[in-house]
Amino acid sequence: MTNEELKLFLSEKFPSLIIEEGNEWLTYYTEANEWKLLANEFCSNISLQFNFLFCLTCIDWKTHLTMVYHLTSTAFKHTVVIKSKLNKENPEIETVCNIWRTAEFHEREVYDLFGVKFLNHPDLRRLLLTDDWKGHPLLKDYEDPINMIKL
Amino acid sequence: MYRTTDILTNTPNASLSEAGYMVINVGPQHPATHGVLHLVITLSGETIINVEPHLGYIHRSIEKMCESLTYRQFIYTTSRMDYLSSHINNHCCALSVEKGLQIEIPDRAKYIRIILDELTRLASHQLWWGAMAMDIGAITPFFYAFREREMINDIMEETCGARLTMNYMVPGGVMFDLHPNFQKKVKEFIAFFKSKINEYDEILTGNIIFQNRMKGVGIISKEDAISYGCTGPTARGSGVSCDVRKLYPYEIYNRIEFDEIINNGCDSFARYEVRMQEMKQSLKIIEQLIDNIPEGDFQAKTKTVLKLPKGEFYTRVETARGEFGVYIVSEGGTTPYRIKFRSPGFSNLSALNHMAKGNKIGDLVAIMGSIDLVIPDIDR
Repeated sequence: MTNEELKLFLSEKFPSLIIEEGNEWLTYYTEANEWKLLANEFCSNISLQFNFLFCLTCIDWKTHLTMVYHLTSTAFKHTVVIKSKLNKENPEIETVCNIWRTAEFHEREVYDLFGVKFLNHPDLRRLLLTDDWKGHPLLKDYEDPINMIKL
Repeated sequence: MYRTTDILTNTPNASLSEAGYMVINVGPQHPATHGVLHLVITLSGETIINVEPHLGYIHRSIEKMCESLTYRQFIYTTSRMDYLSSHINNHCCALSVEKGLQIEIPDRAKYIRIILDELTRLASHQLWWGAMAMDIGAITPFFYAFREREMINDIMEETCGARLTMNYMVPGGVMFDLHPNFQKKVKEFIAFFKSKINEYDEILTGNIIFQNRMKGVGIISKEDAISYGCTGPTARGSGVSCDVRKLYPYEIYNRIEFDEIINNGCDSFARYEVRMQEMKQSLKIIEQLIDNIPEGDFQAKTKTVLKLPKGEFYTRVETARGEFGVYIVSEGGTTPYRIKFRSPGFSNLSALNHMAKGNKIGDLVAIMGSIDLVIPDIDR
């Protein structure tokens, strides 16, 4: 599907999605508690088939965190970006690693570096840093007087 | 390493060892992991039950570092990620900055970039070929591969001033013009490598011992390869069409004739075959371009201080290992607000457990060799 067709299709099927204009790919915001159902539908719907999660990351906007999922379909070659705002105090979102297996490692990385808790993740541990590390380095307010050199 | 003792005493693996399984550690210092990768392997006899990679031994937090580097500076950190594809990583970063600033770069720069990309891919595949053969017990291929790789490194040294971390791509083009000897030396290399590439097949590909080691091990189906986010030769060995150069052509790849190599074997040997064929395709690409490099500028005129407009920019290129993506979130300043590097090795490694389960411990090295892991690329 082209971007316009996809936009039409998604706006009919998922009216709760909020579109963000001005990006290369279609970008939508979803509520964190609706993400799991949506992800299931995105992967299994016969005319969407978003089977390839090629990028999963998080952004710290100081007031809140934003999860970003880049999805593409290897069959139809269309791409969509899904974002979800999480609150800073207790960031939680459902895992998608049973839908896209690659999410298992990527979610562990985001947990490690941002502290986002992925509910029902089978093995949520730190991935890159040591198990006794304090804090989550990619947060904007992270301070480490020993290891960080400020320019 | 505290992790090793930790794992053996009080993690879920301890319960496995009660069930008669053995837990062994491979790495972080092990010749077959090609870097500081640590694998915790659970075995039942010789059969692999579970492989758990432990990462982070060379984690430098490049993404955090990039948040305080300007758009001219951050490119150089990516040479240190996948050091065998450093040109291609730099290329992706330069593309993303150009995309944000909407700079059109001169044709000459495009040609130079692609030729160097393909030379890098060749050098990377040659190193992989030699190292993988050595992992499974054949020493001679390593010397064959390094004989040709040395020629590429010499070309790189002459033009870029470095042999491994080139840092030659800059936003707007390339840093310097080509060395006067460049075309002559590349042509010499192509002629030489073409006469030698059949030796690669003679010494290794057709070898029955080698084939027995590679065929039927590390199987991953097409659906699983997509689900695990595999890209590059790892995915193309399972029949997934995922070559960024074909699907989302950048620079002048849409004007060049070459084939996307896809193999439906799904095992280690299929991934091996894909890389061998890719080398021939890379030669084909260089041959088409080397005589036609247009005259003109090698760099577009850019401002001294680059400021990307507010927004998000995602660019991807095909490195020797797969799809490398740069995701820049800009707030309009001179430094990126957030950068995410989507490294191919990271996703490919996540499929290792799936590939290795049920195989014998001796096959693990052959499987790892066929994924072509570069650890700094995974840890970032």
